[in-house]
Amino acid sequence: MASTKEIRVKIRSVESTRKITRAMQMVAASKMRRSQERMRASRPYGEKIRNLAAHMSHSNPEYRHPFLIQRQSVKRIGIIVVSTDKGLCGGMNVNALRLALREMRRWETQGVEVEVCAIGGRALGFMQRLGANVVSYVTQLGDRPVMEMLLGAVKVILDAYIDERIDRLWIVYTRFVNTMKQEPVIEQLLPLAGERLGAPEGLWDYIYEPEAQTVIDAAMTRYIEALIHQAIAENMASEQAARMVAMKAASDNAGALIDELTLIYNKNRQAAITREIAEIVGGAAAV
Amino acid sequence: MAAATLHIDVVSAEESIYSGEAEFVVLPGEAGELGVYPRHTPLITRIRAGAVRIKPAGGGEEDLIFVAGGLLEVQPTVVTVLADTAIRGADLDEARANEALKKAEEARGRARDKQEVAAVEAEIAALAAQLTALRRFRQR
Repeated sequence: MASTKEIRVKIRSVESTRKITRAMQMVAASKMRRSQERMRASRPYGEKIRNLAAHMSHSNPEYRHPFLIQRQSVKRIGIIVVSTDKGLCGGMNVNALRLALREMRRWETQGVEVEVCAIGGRALGFMQRLGANVVSYVTQLGDRPVMEMLLGAVKVILDAYIDERIDRLWIVYTRFVNTMKQEPVIEQLLPLAGERLGAPEGLWDYIYEPEAQTVIDAAMTRYIEALIHQAIAENMASEQAARMVAMKAASDNAGALIDELTLIYNKNRQAAITREIAEIVGGAAAV
Repeated sequence: MAAATLHIDVVSAEESIYSGEAEFVVLPGEAGELGVYPRHTPLITRIRAGAVRIKPAGGGEEDLIFVAGGLLEVQPTVVTVLADTAIRGADLDEARANEALKKAEEARGRARDKQEVAAVEAEIAALAAQLTALRRFRQR
């Protein structure tokens, strides 16, 4: 059995670990609220730009944007993998990366090459270790998804689609269901399914300035970017929620461990006292 | 213009910037400044980086909002500005994309270096193990 002193040191170390996990839990809880608000704040833009893009492609059937054209043969695909920058958030990244990996393997067995756009340090590290073809990446996003940071990396993969270097584009991220539940999802971004774009509300003719095509191009690109931005915002809310839950579990486990160790410590201490008394009594009897 | 107002929404991908009723609004359209009164013809255009001047309904101070560009949709009673949060432009976007590409290229180089280093290290470790085995064999 371990000595009393060893157990005491161990208890102290678990206690300090618990302090850290508690602090992280509370930080995650307050960040979660803000990231959820941010996730909601970016929804109106997505909805408006979707409606605009739907409207314009309905009223200009003669111009089909490349994003809307379904290509028959698939030779290469792109996949955007959204993850967190930091760890300590339970199995969230692992689940999302596993989903991405399964999709990549599925295509690779069909002889289709895969290009990866990694968002977040975890995805980048994983894809590099895997030896995947990472064409662009963004890391160190911080607590809020800033469009400016994303534009370059996203344009690389969207250009790849427009230049027909890739024929499909997926995005993998963790959807925020509620505080206790986040699920990894994979969604097809390109080509845009007609249903996804949806029907426009109301039909009327617009005047376009300078002309319909350039405006549609701008709207389509922004719509895809908005979808990606929204996915990252959801991922960030999921990250904080997952971290909060993981850190709560860690704090609880630390508490249970401390209880157990304290019990052993007290037993040990009592055994030592009993032994000492027995020795004293034995010694006195000998005299 | 009895009771004719415009509902103005300025939204960006990151947040909703402005929402309210106005009687007149001036926007930096791509082809020039645009003034919009209620019951304007439906119009869609791109806008440049600049200031959006909003004259709120019922008088009061003019609101000034700076946008980095974006899209503008005008309907008879609704004006929606889909603002960009970053200044865009074909050249600027291209530069950003090139930078991202370069960064990915470099990262790939680094990853390959690491892989090579790992391979060399493994080789060295194997050689060292052979050497110790040999020494032991000789001592016997």
